[in-house]
Amino acid sequence: MGFPHESHQRETAVLSQHFGVAEARTLDGWKKRGGYQALEKALAMAPADIVTVIKDSGLRGRGGAGFPTGMKWSFMKPGDGKPHYLCCNADESEPGTFKDRELMRWTPHALVEGCAIGAYAIGAETAYIYIRGEFTEPLYFMEQAVKEAYAAGIIGKNAMGTGKRIDVHVHKGAGAYICGEETALMNSLEGRRGNPRIKPPFPAVSGLFGMPTTINNVETLIAAAPILMKGADWYKKMSLSNPKSTGTKLYSVCGNVQRPGTYEVVMGFPFREFLYDLCGGPVSGRKFKAVIPGGVSVPIQSMEEAEASLMDYEGFVEQGSMLGSGGVIVIDDAQSMVRVIARIARFFAHESCAQCTQCREGTAWATKILERIRDGQGAMEDLDTLMDISENMTGKTICVLSDSCATPIVSGIEKFRSEFESLIQGRKFHPVLAAVA
Amino acid sequence: MGGLESPDYASHDSGAHEPHTPVFTGAAKRELDELITRYPKKMAALLPALWIVQRERGWVSDGGMAEVAELLELTPAYVKGVVTFYTMYHQHPVAKYFIQVCTTSPCGICGADDVVKSLLRHTNTGELGVPSPDGKFAVIEVECLGACGFATPIMINEEFIESVTPENVPAILARFA
Amino acid sequence: MINLTIEGRPISVAEGTTILEAAKQVGVLIPHYCYHPGLPVAGVCRMCLVEVEKAPKLAPSCATTVAEGQVVHVHSEKSLDARKGVLEMLLINHPLDCPICDQSGECELQDYTFQEGREDSRYREPKRFNPVEDFGGDVVYVPNRCILCTRCVRFMDDVAEDPVLNVSERGDRALIGKFEGKDLTHAWAANVIDLCPVGALLSKDFLNKARAWELDRAASVCPNCTQGCNVIMETRENQLVRMRPRANEFVNAFFMCDWGRLNYRWMNEKDRVDQPMLRQNGALVVAEWEEAIAAAARLLKGKRVFVVASPMLSNESLFLLTQIMQGGSGTFRVMEGDEAPLPGVEDLALRRERAANVYGAEALGFRKSRDPLAGLGKGDVLIIAGEDLDGIDAAAMRGAGETIVIGSVMPHGVEGPAVVLPIANFSEEEGTVTNLRGRVQRFTQARQAPGLSRPSWLVLGDLLGAIGKQSSFFLPSQVFDQLAATNKKFAGLSYDTLGFKGLPIAGEPNKQKTAIAVGAA
Repeated sequence: MGFPHESHQRETAVLSQHFGVAEARTLDGWKKRGGYQALEKALAMAPADIVTVIKDSGLRGRGGAGFPTGMKWSFMKPGDGKPHYLCCNADESEPGTFKDRELMRWTPHALVEGCAIGAYAIGAETAYIYIRGEFTEPLYFMEQAVKEAYAAGIIGKNAMGTGKRIDVHVHKGAGAYICGEETALMNSLEGRRGNPRIKPPFPAVSGLFGMPTTINNVETLIAAAPILMKGADWYKKMSLSNPKSTGTKLYSVCGNVQRPGTYEVVMGFPFREFLYDLCGGPVSGRKFKAVIPGGVSVPIQSMEEAEASLMDYEGFVEQGSMLGSGGVIVIDDAQSMVRVIARIARFFAHESCAQCTQCREGTAWATKILERIRDGQGAMEDLDTLMDISENMTGKTICVLSDSCATPIVSGIEKFRSEFESLIQGRKFHPVLAAVA
Repeated sequence: MGGLESPDYASHDSGAHEPHTPVFTGAAKRELDELITRYPKKMAALLPALWIVQRERGWVSDGGMAEVAELLELTPAYVKGVVTFYTMYHQHPVAKYFIQVCTTSPCGICGADDVVKSLLRHTNTGELGVPSPDGKFAVIEVECLGACGFATPIMINEEFIESVTPENVPAILARFA
Repeated sequence: MINLTIEGRPISVAEGTTILEAAKQVGVLIPHYCYHPGLPVAGVCRMCLVEVEKAPKLAPSCATTVAEGQVVHVHSEKSLDARKGVLEMLLINHPLDCPICDQSGECELQDYTFQEGREDSRYREPKRFNPVEDFGGDVVYVPNRCILCTRCVRFMDDVAEDPVLNVSERGDRALIGKFEGKDLTHAWAANVIDLCPVGALLSKDFLNKARAWELDRAASVCPNCTQGCNVIMETRENQLVRMRPRANEFVNAFFMCDWGRLNYRWMNEKDRVDQPMLRQNGALVVAEWEEAIAAAARLLKGKRVFVVASPMLSNESLFLLTQIMQGGSGTFRVMEGDEAPLPGVEDLALRRERAANVYGAEALGFRKSRDPLAGLGKGDVLIIAGEDLDGIDAAAMRGAGETIVIGSVMPHGVEGPAVVLPIANFSEEEGTVTNLRGRVQRFTQARQAPGLSRPSWLVLGDLLGAIGKQSSFFLPSQVFDQLAATNKKFAGLSYDTLGFKGLPIAGEPNKQKTAIAVGAA
């Protein structure tokens, strides 16, 4: 639903149907709404069968990587004698993205249930929910929900009376975007600096505490329950376009739109209609100029590209960007693209963990150049330097924070070069005059 | 110091040079002991332990770090390396009401900079990172707080406040008189 | 075995070998910073990225194991570009103060930049600045030059097992940090200075003393304890200014302790006996070498000999002494201190006994004693070889018939020696010593001995000849060959077979403690 606005009739509210309903946060309220039936069903199935259903459904990681979830779960070898771990990645820090926050503060039990199902499916007895430290409400409601679930015997050493052990712990982060990277998350959980690890080894082989581990996004885990209840076919059939992308996706819409909020639509939904109809279009007197459909790490789209996009993994790629986390940042013609991109670069420079040379130095260098251009002190060769730095920052580091910093810079210079050149040539940025209402 | 400029938070004085008294006694110790049981390795309780120190003392001092190190069988240098990585741990005393404003681009294009200006004016601080003369407020810019659709979000200590505008700043601050 | 091709050269290596180590084996050096064979892999500097055909991204060769059929390009355009990019990034905040930086001339940032880096800098922004810090011990940290390779942190964490260093802060604000009051006082901490590829970690002892390219270097063995760490002795204008470890997988891996490292000044000793002397009419007068040797030989004829030797003397010299004292006896004493192990390397420690050749002395028949003069018979000819007798009660020497001093300094408390034969000290001659595990190792000459001093083996060989026993030693290797022929323990060894990593004497195991691939620093 277009929370906090009225649900739009073209939305398909599966995960978000209870947003804004305080009662749904409680165990009783959740049970009234069908909660924990999926977990009960799951605990009566063989883990391998659960994995098959999820594989069939085509569910893909909703955190941004889009990796097929069923396949990820199948990497956890049963019977290896080692403790398995499930980590729920609730570190949501990708600018433009705030869907997990809504999921956790409105339907915390959905996540407890999702974690329990996921843990069971991968042979784990312990699940950690790593929540970023700034998420005061989600932390509170998740702790409450976990407490309630333990008290009711839904989780714990005898989950729902099946004799199986499922422990769920909330772990509070302390302010680092990079801890949303799965291996950095594990390091942070272990009590280390949030440095990403070199892969291989992959988490399913050697992850948390050196043991086989699966890391899933909040939305991904929550989606497991309805899939188990309603079946893989139901989930697949919802997709409007491509069978490679199935089910629904939560989109966090922010920026210069009439109705920012969290929307849930089926895969393949036309982006133009999404922006102008569901989200209400631009604010009075303004026109859209650019869109970043999946959080600041994906390429910026021109409106031409955005309006031609279908909202799924392949659709956005075809139009010069990526679905990413589904954080839709809408930029209108009052904004300076250079200012926006400079601030994005500053974000990445702040968040670099400092391991890799290109990221540690490159993010800060790019930021300084962009701010210089923004402030009217740029030169034409700065654009070449920025493109070159961006190339050096791509594909050469332990994780992709470096690439993520380069992406908006490259797409920004490619698609909005005139704004950069204007500032360099000494013409200050003037927002387009607003049309009279 | 150096690199990308981040505000140099002042107020290094109050409480910074008092000798450290143990944090982990009584209830806090029991809390830590319970936390340790959640993980197969003691070290994993480090971030939670540091949160307890900050909750109890308002910041994480060298003494706090050394105490945590001892309890978790780590070295103080190691703990310090971890503390300095994460932005939410204060390494010196901060104002009574520590205000963090998101100014990353999605909020940036929704007027976050004006919210910052309004906060600086209405808290009487005038400058980022500098506490107000009465020590009550300090304002800093932070990165994305994950509530972009409710621009501009701020945190005042542990309280998360959505949809802050330059106009509703005074009313919000009034709650923290 | 895995077969792959690196820079067109085919190679077969064990499974699990990294591309970087495999490349070394075919003589290809992949430039790198954070990788070090003595430390756990970090893979952070990104300098070692190589192009692997059919792989979508460049591979960090220090952290990527070989795969069957891989074709690796180290100097392709893509690889060179990537390295050029890393070098450029490393230099943007680097102060470029080579003219005042100690590391200049032995700096890997200089070396690779000169080899493959950009000619210019495109950086127009202010550089990051942090003040210099005293890390304690012998170490100074210059954050502005630091490339955050983290070798120092990994050394202290995993090899010294004393985690006093960390990486502090994040992003381009990051630097190496420590905790207030907890310094680099570990007995092996100064190794971080060698490990640091740039001038970020510097030796206080060496600060501003000499330029790397002014130094003469000699392969040697640390004489300061019985571990026998392999070292490089570095001199400037005939003065020892620095000792650094030399890699030896059988003895000290890549490291040496701080005590050994900083304890080189005694070899620059000044108050030397540097001319042969004879006692005439109660006073010592300068004599010709032949005269002095002949005089000493006359004294020795038919007399019982008692030798007090130094455990710093080489196997060669100690062997010749035993030949000279045939029938007599010899003792030595050795200073002691606390043992300080390096936990991350098997059987490596600063040893209690603080001299290079205790094992050799005992193997050759000298008796260790706290009171080395005890046993000196009335009328014996006392030879004091290499010992300064500091702290020894001179009265014990009065029972001797005559005293012959063979040394680099005049021993304490010696009254009226009959003959003084000046010899080179440990840094001024060549020879072998035997470490506590029975490993015989060569050391070479680093400095010129002063005045008319001669190598100890040469003097003793001539003396042996003068008392009528066969000798014609023109090289220390010849002395060693004689020793090997005579003493079963040393059988089969020669300077050629010893090389510069040494070999154990008969009966001792030749155990490699650590893997050192070709070309390791």
